[in-house]
Amino acid sequence: MSRSHAKKIATINQSKTDRIILFVNKIMLSLIVIVVLVPLLYVLVGSFLQPNILITQGLSLNPDHWTISGYVRIFQDGSIIRGFFNSMLYAGGFTLVSIVFSVLAGYALSVDNLVGKKAVMIFFIFTMFFNGGLVPTYLLVRELGLINTPWAIILPGSVTVWNIILARTYFKALPNELKEAARIDGASDFMIFLKILLPLAKPIIFVLALFAFIGQWNAYFNAMIYLDDRSLYPLQLVLREILIQNEVQPGMIADQLARAEMQRIAEMIKYSSIVVASLPLLIMYPFFQKYFEKGVMVGSLK
Amino acid sequence: MDNTVGSLARKKSKTKTTSSRRKILNIKKNWVLYLFLLPAILTVFIFNYLPMYGVIIAFKDFSPIQGIMGSKWVGFSHFTKFMQSPNFLQIFSNTVKLSAYELLIGFPVPIILALMLNQVRRARVKKNIQLIIYAPNFISVVVIGGMLFMFLSPTGPLNALLTLFLDRPISFMSEPEYFRTIFVASGVWQVAGFSSIIYVAALSNSDPQLHDAAVIDGASLLQRIWHIDIQVLKPVMAVLFILAIGGIMAIGFEKAYLLQTDRNLPASEIIDTYVYKRGLQAADWSFGAAIGLFLSVINLMLLVTANQIVKKLKGESLY
Repeated sequence: MSRSHAKKIATINQSKTDRIILFVNKIMLSLIVIVVLVPLLYVLVGSFLQPNILITQGLSLNPDHWTISGYVRIFQDGSIIRGFFNSMLYAGGFTLVSIVFSVLAGYALSVDNLVGKKAVMIFFIFTMFFNGGLVPTYLLVRELGLINTPWAIILPGSVTVWNIILARTYFKALPNELKEAARIDGASDFMIFLKILLPLAKPIIFVLALFAFIGQWNAYFNAMIYLDDRSLYPLQLVLREILIQNEVQPGMIADQLARAEMQRIAEMIKYSSIVVASLPLLIMYPFFQKYFEKGVMVGSLK
Repeated sequence: MDNTVGSLARKKSKTKTTSSRRKILNIKKNWVLYLFLLPAILTVFIFNYLPMYGVIIAFKDFSPIQGIMGSKWVGFSHFTKFMQSPNFLQIFSNTVKLSAYELLIGFPVPIILALMLNQVRRARVKKNIQLIIYAPNFISVVVIGGMLFMFLSPTGPLNALLTLFLDRPISFMSEPEYFRTIFVASGVWQVAGFSSIIYVAALSNSDPQLHDAAVIDGASLLQRIWHIDIQVLKPVMAVLFILAIGGIMAIGFEKAYLLQTDRNLPASEIIDTYVYKRGLQAADWSFGAAIGLFLSVINLMLLVTANQIVKKLKGESLY
């Protein structure tokens, strides 16, 4: 109420300079929105419209210039689809491990009178400040025999201090009376956690899971160093071959084509694979937007 | 734990044995909680602490056959070799410059964006702008790299546009002079919107009466932004600044490696990518581990120093 009140006063009291600033602000924000949107739309259009037409004459309304052959070739080849399912497995497994382990630990550390709590916290927090680095970590993963297995992607880095601290903060903020009442009724610690606290923690669990899943879905580095077997490649590694290393998958351009034609199709395949790889998250994320905001806020409370 | 043990210690009449018996009772009663801690402790021990032990290969000539213990000690020779190598200065300054630019541009932009968004009166419009500018954050770094290569290629759309002013196309990705600009600008394009969330949230949680009072007192818009909004954001800025400084040398391998081409290496080779190439690709394990350790130690010092400074200035601390 007082906010709208303030706005009313503000509009009355607006000086000329204030109005100019607000106007410039609107223009600038519109420009920012355009700068963000144009590259995305360009890729989307480029996946349907032959790229050379797009560059030389811009948007074309001639239906002959529009084609879905980029998409057809992607789905004919199969490496992107296989990458998609591998990524599902890795991101899903990583998220599951990450959430289960951090939430359990976060809950234990939220209990007030746990002996040794401080030592365990220091044990976790120390990893924020120092790490062994790339080479020793790689040698360890190799020593454990995890190279060329999904575990090399799922396990390292799955438990992070941040997730544990966020979960702990959340459990700590839940009213103590809840636990006390249940304890008086004779419920065990485990039952209190499972039946009362866990359902209440759903929002934080969802936020942490979302961040873990997206982070792993979009990562390529661990997969690049730990996986040689192409059938295990996640989506991002397949994309890297197509987009960065310019290696068009043989199944996509199997037929005999003129060189110029081949290059044109390779361009289209790039655009369509970007769309295929990015669209799922871009379509889904608006539904989760409020959770991201919530997650960031929980993070800032600490 | 702190409370019970503390109060027990204060009661001098209680002997040590009762307090330790209490502890044992507490541990027995809470065994489920220790069970809950176990998976996280094990994972962190294996994947975070064991590599720290592995760091000693930085001081040895590690060969996989002889193992970590069996390999010969060589002291600091890998470190001196790295620091005396002809490309050390270039790689080091590339890392510092890239990080500094990213911090210099990447840190203030989300704050400015949040202040701008805060002036949008209609909630729906604000929500829609946010929806759009957050989107690039959800695109993978591989896709960002791919888009940059396509957009900036000599036959790509940007050069098609530039032919209006220039007579020959610029090969952006193979000129070292453009690398840092491309890296930082694409980073801002991708994450600045999403990074503004935390500031937007802080602003919308601030007390509206402050603005009411200021308006009545005749404060102009800019005065209110400076004296109210910026003050509200200061604590958040402090914490995020510590984090940014602590991670300043860790600009991330992923994007730099993707954007590297043979010809832009004079600007794009940073410590992280060098560790990967020497340590893993060339299997020069000990040398790679030494450079990695060098980087970790710098990061540690930066994080601790930054935290001390902000603590002194603002009373805000990360730990």
